[in-house]
Amino acid sequence: MEQQTTLLYDGSFDGFLCCIYMIYDEKIKNPFIRRESEKSQQLFENIEYVTTEKQKSKRVWQGFILKTTRKQQLDIFKTFLSEIKGVENTLFKYIQTVFNDNTKYLTDYGNKDILKISQVAKMVGREKHRMEAFVRFVLTKDNIYIATVTPDFNVLPLIIPHFKDRYADQKWVIYDVKRNYGIFYDLKTVETITMDYFSKLNHSISKEAYADKENSFQELWYTYYKNVNITSRKNKKLHHQHLPKRYWKYLTEKRKDL
Amino acid sequence: MSFERIREKLSILADAAKYDVSCASSGGKRKNSSKGLGNNTGMGICHSYTEDGRCVSLLKILLTNHCIYDCAYCVTRKSNDIKRAAFKIQEVVDLTINFYRRNYIEGLFLSSGIFKNADFTMERLVAVAKKLRLEENFNGYIHLKSIPGASDELMREAGLYADRLSVNIEIPTVSGLQLLAPDKKHEDFIKPMEKVKNEIIQYKAEKKIIKSTPRYAPAGQSTQMIIGATGESDQEIMYSATYYYKKFNMRRVYYSGYIPVLEDNRLPAIETEVPILRENRLYQTDWLLRFYGFSVNEIFNKDHKNLDLDIDPKLGWALRNLHEFPIDINTADKRMLARIPGIGMQSVSKILQARRFRKLDWSHLKAIGIALNRAQYFIVCNSKDFYKKELSPITLKNIIIKSTHSKYKKHFSQQLSLFT
Ligand code: SF4
Repeated sequence: MEQQTTLLYDGSFDGFLCCIYMIYDEKIKNPFIRRESEKSQQLFENIEYVTTEKQKSKRVWQGFILKTTRKQQLDIFKTFLSEIKGVENTLFKYIQTVFNDNTKYLTDYGNKDILKISQVAKMVGREKHRMEAFVRFVLTKDNIYIATVTPDFNVLPLIIPHFKDRYADQKWVIYDVKRNYGIFYDLKTVETITMDYFSKLNHSISKEAYADKENSFQELWYTYYKNVNITSRKNKKLHHQHLPKRYWKYLTEKRKDL
Repeated sequence: MSFERIREKLSILADAAKYDVSCASSGGKRKNSSKGLGNNTGMGICHSYTEDGRCVSLLKILLTNHCIYDCAYCVTRKSNDIKRAAFKIQEVVDLTINFYRRNYIEGLFLSSGIFKNADFTMERLVAVAKKLRLEENFNGYIHLKSIPGASDELMREAGLYADRLSVNIEIPTVSGLQLLAPDKKHEDFIKPMEKVKNEIIQYKAEKKIIKSTPRYAPAGQSTQMIIGATGESDQEIMYSATYYYKKFNMRRVYYSGYIPVLEDNRLPAIETEVPILRENRLYQTDWLLRFYGFSVNEIFNKDHKNLDLDIDPKLGWALRNLHEFPIDINTADKRMLARIPGIGMQSVSKILQARRFRKLDWSHLKAIGIALNRAQYFIVCNSKDFYKKELSPITLKNIIIKSTHSKYKKHFSQQLSLFT
């Protein structure tokens, strides 16, 4: 077998697509794609550094779009955002299938790579859905609605359209404190930002920054949540299944201090 | 507004509304085209869950819990000695908007006790929805309760602003209704349903010709039945449900296990347990009817008036119809695949797609995610290895129950031991 070539890239989706570009351009026979920040398992590696260039990634993506459905494109993007170690290589095989004009095999759920992508995409989709549900905005004195989150996968890029459409008439920020970046909507467009305000230790907006009635509405929501409960139907297991504990810290209705 | 007073009202009027189990916020599409507030994508979102595991998606409250009626099963009834409260229209609007902006909810579900008369009450519910739509430019979800006996004109207006309308039939049989809500007439429930159905049909017809026809209740209508208050059989309940689905084009029928809240000799005693398991089986049956191609008389007949509590209704059907099995995964049509215990509709479509490429064996089926512990006894696939023994329904049932970890096990461990 030919020696393996490791392609190192910056971790972005564009960077990943540039790896694909290079594989085809330089006819690399046995590639292995890895993000720079990930530790290597091997002692000796034949390493290629891939630089991210917009035109190259664009060409690959446009080629891919021509041969695939919208759902398949989304599945690829979602699977990439899972950040699962080595997932780039499963994705590469999928993309190869497409470029070999074998798109009809993409619904072959008996094939383990295809099945895996459909399953991972589903997991990421579930996390996206959870973020759309569990984001809790706090209105600040600057008249911006701010929420902090720590999603299991890097799903902020996926939730932009939903929040942009829904909260079109208010300024908002959703900040991923784990990955240290956020998305900010300024009534016109959504942009990526980083904020020094948040750190590993400081996950939320302090009360001093709250707008006038913010605390009252949090308390009202808390009151509401308490009163819709039906004690005679209590089912803790089901509760935790739907609302896993790791999400509680961002839910106003689950906060202890109210 | 005085915060403390609002908080008190909210706790009373949320508490009184919680027995209505509907929380759906799906089905109605409403775009945010004017850069206003909110949208409705047609996919409901549960923003939280109660400790009993129910979805919290809407601000679900009563406008007031003052009521002139005395329905036996209802906490709000006139003769019950409880605290009463009433929201002002603007208060409900403010709560809805402020909760929505913080991403707590998908919208509002507003119901009410009946004060003065049906129209007086309905008028106020409509006023809230109208304000939200026209003054606040709100495109989130609105579900209004249709007050039994409300006039056609008000029902027409309600549908212009609400996504969904519902009248809860509450008691599945007419005789039960007479017993528990003697001053309510069955026709009063039917009338608003009929009106809403006709308006929807008319809207759809006009829409084809005139594009600008104002939308009418895009998420349709739903109803709810209380289960276990009057001794009706599962068969009666599901026949009623089928009737409402067909006759009034209901989007959903909800089944709500009766929660004893009042002492009344017409009703189950106050310490009676909520029939949660039975409720769950009814929902499963509802799914079989709506999505799996079953018809109601396949599931019930004169010897089988109630669902099994210890197994799901599809398995129950399969055990009564063993002559239809085993089914060949690689050749069976969609309809039959959907009838195999342990296989959901998603798996059915995966199987249909995957088998175009190769014959499927056990490992494929496992990877696709079907529940083999139930399905294996009912299928053959590309393998010589399959379940060959002739078994009686009762033995098979016990084997399957033993291999399944049901969250409801504690409810029927006793029954189980009778068979082993
Ligand atoms: S009319 Fe409605 S609110 Fe009033 S007692 Fe009957 S069910 Fe309850």
